[in-house]
Amino acid sequence: MGKRTIIPFGPQHPVLPEPIHLDLVMEDEVVVEAIPSIGFIHRGLEKLVEIKEFTEYVYVAERICGICSFMHGMGYCQSVEHGMELTIPRRAEYLRTIWAELSRIHSHLLWLGLLADGFGFESLFMHSWRLREKILDIFEATTGGRVIFSVCKIGGVRRDVTNETLQSIVKTLADMEAEVKELTDVFINDYTVKSRTVGVGVMTKQEAHDLGAVGPMGRASGLVQDMRLLGYAAYNDLDFAPIVETAGDSYARTVVRIREIFQSIDLIRQAVAKIPDGEVAVAFKDVPKTECFERLEQPRGEVIYYTKGIGTKFLERVRVRTPTFANIPPLLHCLKGCDLADVPILILTIDPCISCTER
Amino acid sequence: MGLFSFGNMILRSLFNKPATLMYPVIPRVYDEKTRGHIDINIEACIFCGICSKKCPTHAILVERKQKEWAIARMQCIQCNCCVEACPVKCLSMANTYTTPSTEKVTDTFAQAPAAAKPAATVEAAPATAVVEPTV
Amino acid sequence: MYENSIIGIEPADLMKEAQKLKDEGYRIVQICANKVNGFELSYSFDKEHDMKTLRLNIAEEDEVMSISNIFFPAFLYENEMKDLFGIKITNLVLDFNGNLYKLAQKTPWNPQN
Repeated sequence: MGKRTIIPFGPQHPVLPEPIHLDLVMEDEVVVEAIPSIGFIHRGLEKLVEIKEFTEYVYVAERICGICSFMHGMGYCQSVEHGMELTIPRRAEYLRTIWAELSRIHSHLLWLGLLADGFGFESLFMHSWRLREKILDIFEATTGGRVIFSVCKIGGVRRDVTNETLQSIVKTLADMEAEVKELTDVFINDYTVKSRTVGVGVMTKQEAHDLGAVGPMGRASGLVQDMRLLGYAAYNDLDFAPIVETAGDSYARTVVRIREIFQSIDLIRQAVAKIPDGEVAVAFKDVPKTECFERLEQPRGEVIYYTKGIGTKFLERVRVRTPTFANIPPLLHCLKGCDLADVPILILTIDPCISCTER
Repeated sequence: MGLFSFGNMILRSLFNKPATLMYPVIPRVYDEKTRGHIDINIEACIFCGICSKKCPTHAILVERKQKEWAIARMQCIQCNCCVEACPVKCLSMANTYTTPSTEKVTDTFAQAPAAAKPAATVEAAPATAVVEPTV
Repeated sequence: MYENSIIGIEPADLMKEAQKLKDEGYRIVQICANKVNGFELSYSFDKEHDMKTLRLNIAEEDEVMSISNIFFPAFLYENEMKDLFGIKITNLVLDFNGNLYKLAQKTPWNPQN
């Protein structure tokens, strides 16, 4: 029986992209328990709904997070639109889907870079982010912004994209696909990457279900849950299947995210082939009067948007439950029994987006 | 075994030119749709104040009597709401960003005072006052 | 099509309903609080993309039993509700006692503030 010490991890740590604090209870070099402490980035964004009108709140919702920014705006707009029973044009739904899948690709490439940086493989980190720049250039050419797009609004989208631009997006992605395959083969086959991720942080399917794991974290343990199957936006026209692995360790989570990049490229190809012509926004006059729960699949998992309107132009309540918030209990479970050197890798495998978590 | 699976990419990056730009020595080429900063054609502005009401961050200040239009550059989030709302289309989005600085910048544009109204003609045409701002 | 329903229940039935849903294989998804006539709590559960939300209304001084003994992940949501709204929740598995978020003002969203 070794001596127990408590090591504080974070909030400032070179490997963490955002501040989170964990108190690790250690016995010699093995972690026995972890107690989380969050709240360093709590900005109270949900309370801003009392002073921002519901059409202006889109800009606040987008800025909850920088990486999943588009899907936050889209989730908020969808939730209010369903509450008002407003149908938006089909072309707008397809455009939102295309931007959402591009968001997913760039988020996963960013995560791959952070994971490589987490175990010190800096050149792999740089190459992942270099490939991600091509996606950011696509965003800038179509929406005007690289990180925060401001392109969703209640009633549709604010900008149209010409069909030639859409074809050129598909061509850029096809050219990029070969290089992304080369990069991801390193993650899947390289000896150093495998020795840091295989067998680390194993979570069985039953544990993942009880702890409420969402997104790639849950799918890597065998849970088949993907909110895109609900058929929101244009997903009911597209043909795909959730990507599931069964090993449940960090290597499986890496493989799930890599396969999702290729699945997203294929989904964009399908969406561009099927996109109809037409308007991109619909005008409306009334205000939200009811509540609505809306679920989306962000790159990190399942996000829930709850909006409640009471008939004025200010909503009464907006509640965002982000996927990282749901993945903290699985993280605490995975940390039990691991070495101290594995702690940064495990924190990175849940894809922590702490600014989403604390809004 | 996979010891040198990254070798191809490394070798290529030895011989390709760098992926980064030597900014700020070499200026960046912005896309035409980039949302950089708001420009106004002050001569066409009618000072109705709609842009100020629509702005989600209250960055625009419109003074009707002094015919002044001011924007707090650091408060603007380049959302394009004012451009879409302007009834005379005098606002536009330029594609270069505001220069970073150590203090909050407010840009004010003023319309020059109006010229004197032309006298009514002898043919008794309706005396519509044409206000021509001097350039 | 997938279900997305809101079911109103009495506060006294919360533990019973939660245990029933756990036995049927549901997982907890979120817990939300809203200040309208006291507090209105919404507990959401999901099973294979069907979502059920239990809704109950309590007065401001009422105590609610925590469901974190049945659903472990609920402790985070309930601590957040305690911090922001000041709802009294008892029997939490891991209780932060109002220190989960570092706030300048205690319970800022409570109607008294």
